[in-house]
Amino acid sequence: MTTDAYRPSDVQLGRTAFRKRQAVRSVLVAALSTAVLGTLLGVAVTSAPGWDRVKQSFFDFHNAKEFFPQILEGLWLNLRMLVFCAIAALALGLLIAVLRTLRGPVFFPVRAIATLYTYSFRGLPLIIVIYLFAFGVPGLRLQGTPSVTVLGGAAIVITYGAYLAEVFRAGIESVHPSQIAAARSLGLTYRQSMRHVVLPQAVRRVAPPLLNDTVALQKDVGLISLAGPIDAIRAAQIGVAQNANFTPYVIAGVLFVLLALPLIGVTDWVTLRAARRQNAGT
Amino acid sequence: MLLTCTDVRKTFGASVVLDGLDLSVDEHEVVALIGASGSGKSTLLRCVNLLTGIDDGTITLDGEDITDPKINPDDVRQKIGLVFQSYNLFPHMTVLDNITLAPTRVHGRPVDEAKSQALEWLARVGLADKASSYPDRLSGGQQQRAAIVRALVNSPRLLLLDEVTSALDPELVGEVLTMIRDLKGDTTMVLATHEMGFARQVADRVAFLDKGRVLEQGPPEQVLGDPVEPRTRQFLARIIEAGRL
Repeated sequence: MTTDAYRPSDVQLGRTAFRKRQAVRSVLVAALSTAVLGTLLGVAVTSAPGWDRVKQSFFDFHNAKEFFPQILEGLWLNLRMLVFCAIAALALGLLIAVLRTLRGPVFFPVRAIATLYTYSFRGLPLIIVIYLFAFGVPGLRLQGTPSVTVLGGAAIVITYGAYLAEVFRAGIESVHPSQIAAARSLGLTYRQSMRHVVLPQAVRRVAPPLLNDTVALQKDVGLISLAGPIDAIRAAQIGVAQNANFTPYVIAGVLFVLLALPLIGVTDWVTLRAARRQNAGT
Repeated sequence: MLLTCTDVRKTFGASVVLDGLDLSVDEHEVVALIGASGSGKSTLLRCVNLLTGIDDGTITLDGEDITDPKINPDDVRQKIGLVFQSYNLFPHMTVLDNITLAPTRVHGRPVDEAKSQALEWLARVGLADKASSYPDRLSGGQQQRAAIVRALVNSPRLLLLDEVTSALDPELVGEVLTMIRDLKGDTTMVLATHEMGFARQVADRVAFLDKGRVLEQGPPEQVLGDPVEPRTRQFLARIIEAGRL
């Protein structure tokens, strides 16, 4: 380049300086308003007439220390359940969604069963499904009945699979028909078109809502405690019953939030990336 | 004859799009379909590729009745390439993967061989440096050239081009048309187009479609220069008015 190097004009320098001052002011204002609101909330709660009693029964240090190891041990069960249930429910959801798109009279019963499944298990409360599986299935006294933990996990997988199937189906239907036409025109069969063209685009598109449902699943695996296994919630419940103090519940709650944070972070990141890709498109 | 359409009829609800259309195409021939929007050009191409079923009549390819319900459409489509107005590249695959998908998955060719053939084609149409780009990084003209290559690597007996330049701005039209002109002679082509100048240059025969039939056909000089039918003359007059001839 032969021209002189670019130097911002005085007008632009003025603008930059102004924006910088504005940015500093914004941060100060935000910090001040947060401090004021936080103080007000703190004063409102701690000056309540019953605060001392609430503090004693919900935020008691000795109770927290006593039951923390058991709750953490229970959380390990939740974490394993989460990983297993998430993978199984995603696989089941994808399978059901694909079954629902099958065409042709031969597949009518398959479509009908898949549709019936998504309709009924999205309506059925998860708690009832867990009870039915954990207490109903062993009642059959079949040989080789799996443990209550596995049965409860299956109940969660079957319920969430129905929701995830609908998310996948929405993704499949959002892929434009011209993409299928292009794939078929190249000689790809229906199955090849789904596998190589439709599903990769569909899954990418619905990744944010899928992850969001996984965050919901993350806390619903806690419902397994209803069936008996000692997870974080059941461990907290035992602690509460032992000392008549609610602190263990608060501990379990905090641990669940901490467990969710990475997943929520990933969800936000994926959503942002998807939005950017969408905007960058033609 | 490579392709013959006999008395083809296609309706969408109450509207009759193809109304007893007859058309035949010889091997190595280039036939341009012209006519107003809605005259049935695109529908005819989709019917030939079996993306849309017909309501009556017969279409044969290499003497085989491809409209016979007992025939497997996937086998027929392997012999016919179709290029769309809106390119329809697969956005989640690189240009190279777009092109090698059918050769490897449909025709069972080894990946390396399919890749080197694709790269050869891309170099030939000036897209060698775009092989590993995603389609949304390409201009419209580059996307359309990649889409044409995607259809050509399968060595189709017949290439159908559906208004391949109408989504492009004038500067990009030229590069696509040059590419198609270079294919003339090797490939049998049926192209629906609004570019009369291009039809004149590249086509061996021009067919004017009106109300779902071929109203007039012949050498480009005759159909575009001295049409017999009043309706053809009227259509061309409008095109000249719009400054597209």
